[in-house]
Amino acid sequence: MTARAALLLFADGRLPAGGYAHSGGLEESVRTGRVRDAQSLESFLEGRARTVGLVLAAFAARSCRAARDPDPLPELEVLDAELDARTPSPAQRETSRQLGRQLHRLLTGMAHHPLLERLPRAPHQPLVLGAACGLYGLRPLDAALAALHESVTGPAVAAVRLMSIDPFRTHAALARIAPSLDRLAERALEHCDGSPHDMPAAAAPLLDVVAEVHATRSERLFAS
Amino acid sequence: MPRRALRLGVAGPVGTGKSSLIATVCRNMAAELEIGVVTNDIYTDEDARFLRASGVLSAARIRAVETGACPHTAIRDDITMNLIAVEDMERDVGPLDLVLVESGGDNLTATFSPGLVDAQVFVLDVAGGGDVVRKGGPGIARADLLAVNKVDLAPYVDVDVDRMVAEGAAARGGAPVLALSRHRPETVDELCAWIRRLAGDHAAGRHTPTDPGAPAHHHHAHVRAT
Amino acid sequence: MRACARVATESAPGPGGRPRTRISGLRSQAPLMLFTTRAKEGEPSVAHRGVPARVSVAAGAAGPIGGDELRLEVEVGPGSVLVLSEVSPSLLLPGREGRVSTTRVRISVATGGTLVWLPEPLVAARGCDHLNEVRVDLADDAALLMREEVVLGRHGETGGRVRLSTRVRRSGRALLCQDLELGTGAGRTPVVAHGHRAVGSVLVADPLWCAQEARSRPRTRLLSGDAVVTPLPQGAALISALCQDNASLRDTLRSGLAALGPPWTPRPVPPPP
Repeated sequence: MTARAALLLFADGRLPAGGYAHSGGLEESVRTGRVRDAQSLESFLEGRARTVGLVLAAFAARSCRAARDPDPLPELEVLDAELDARTPSPAQRETSRQLGRQLHRLLTGMAHHPLLERLPRAPHQPLVLGAACGLYGLRPLDAALAALHESVTGPAVAAVRLMSIDPFRTHAALARIAPSLDRLAERALEHCDGSPHDMPAAAAPLLDVVAEVHATRSERLFAS
Repeated sequence: MPRRALRLGVAGPVGTGKSSLIATVCRNMAAELEIGVVTNDIYTDEDARFLRASGVLSAARIRAVETGACPHTAIRDDITMNLIAVEDMERDVGPLDLVLVESGGDNLTATFSPGLVDAQVFVLDVAGGGDVVRKGGPGIARADLLAVNKVDLAPYVDVDVDRMVAEGAAARGGAPVLALSRHRPETVDELCAWIRRLAGDHAAGRHTPTDPGAPAHHHHAHVRAT
Repeated sequence: MRACARVATESAPGPGGRPRTRISGLRSQAPLMLFTTRAKEGEPSVAHRGVPARVSVAAGAAGPIGGDELRLEVEVGPGSVLVLSEVSPSLLLPGREGRVSTTRVRISVATGGTLVWLPEPLVAARGCDHLNEVRVDLADDAALLMREEVVLGRHGETGGRVRLSTRVRRSGRALLCQDLELGTGAGRTPVVAHGHRAVGSVLVADPLWCAQEARSRPRTRLLSGDAVVTPLPQGAALISALCQDNASLRDTLRSGLAALGPPWTPRPVPPPP
């Protein structure tokens, strides 16, 4: 039997791991005026999926595969450094590690997981997500989908608080880009083997800049 | 089990004086208890800044959690960020006796998760009107302590404090209600005594947390939908 | 068209016993012509790393054109210092049947070596499809300054597709990995370039920043609403900028280098030859 239901658990926005406090750069992008209506929001989400989403998905998928190895820690350590090198924004590195730590706290609070308990203190979020998917019997493709799903639903849900848009439109945008998430998840899967140095590194320079600008704001709704 | 601090939640609507109550506790009890504070803000770290500016605790003992404009979620549904903040602080500056967790000002229905705090105070103020107590809600009805704050202002806002306290006590089946004003030392002493007793019980392993979010079986609260 | 050019340097004793950099290998293949040159304006000071050799690349009037495959190999030997520049911008042009043009650059900087690589912008003409692939291996105490600039379209023109694929390692450990797609796909969205016509970055890896006790490590600095200096793990900094034209891009990147301070601050006056 193939595990499926656990995927819904990890992809659920209500997963109590603190993700709701983040907008994935949308708050500052709205402030700059680059995102201002349903169309530009969809473009933002699509761009995020193809860049950050693809990278996170590839790392989650590979971590999921690694979690089934007898000793996954050395590979997870390499993946952690590779993801650092793909995240030029210190604010984004910090956010990713904070979210990773929160997910880790949740998972170790839910059950005893010998592998997770041996992870360093604040691993990047997709590594924890991928490893968790592996531990709950999910496949690398599932981990990739969960990472991609999360990379766009967080900002989409945040959008209703940040701009004048109703939740029907945000979810219509999510539904329209769903097929591209499937394609990106398949692409992410191609990197479960081979040199980790060749893994996807799709850059989003404007997201990097807005992450740093956002970190300097004294008034903000979302932490990132 | 390793000794850890008593974790005390402070909830209540916006502007009722949660930060000020916490500053008062710190000012009056810092000599006898090792205290830390975690704030939950709607916009960044304003409450944490208020406490830092008040100078009652060192900056390392005040941490802010950003809640993505969802303060009630951070203290009840998804407590991970708060739990990490509390645990980090106990690890970094501990051992502590008391960690106060301040909720972001929200509505009357917000209460702390039993996974986050051992006990909680719900704060109202007289300026919100005498009838707030009658409107009820889980925090008013079942928090460990209901504080009716700013009672020194009662004459100016036309509220009968005694009546408000009596109605609160009735709504709470006799559980404690405290009329409080930081300008009236005897009320502050009462608050500190309550916390002292609770911290003592916690340290001695005598304190059994009760969750105001869960339906009460031991008394009939006059709770109406809000 | 296929071409492969190569430059290699080594450290050799110079006048007064001070080591200087000698060019130990220089191979050109049309259209990639390499020749030694003098210091240019905007070059950082590398004197503390040694006496540099300077080489410039001339890549012909136009191109690469779709279908072209160019390759440049750079080997900076132990303790040597190379400043590699370019004569003029590259105009990326479409080829027949929409074929991709590629430029592959392979760089290694050995122990104690320094590379300052200041190529001119890639200008993406309408309809082009170009892949610029850069792979850099740094020894643990090697230093690097590397600039990348892309301008989407000539004046009034909508640019084609450009992909920059960059992988930089120090001692085998990833330092910076970025695949940037411009002109198509994600490149047009509000997360990548969103209407900015000139996009660029400068990577600086300085072994002095690696040390635990380093005095002046780079810090995050906002240069504008669309440009930032960010510290990277492993003693490096990335200056990233999005602008409307190449002149403002160059200025912004230079202000980022100035923010890093000496020795990476660009120098206005060329040092004497």
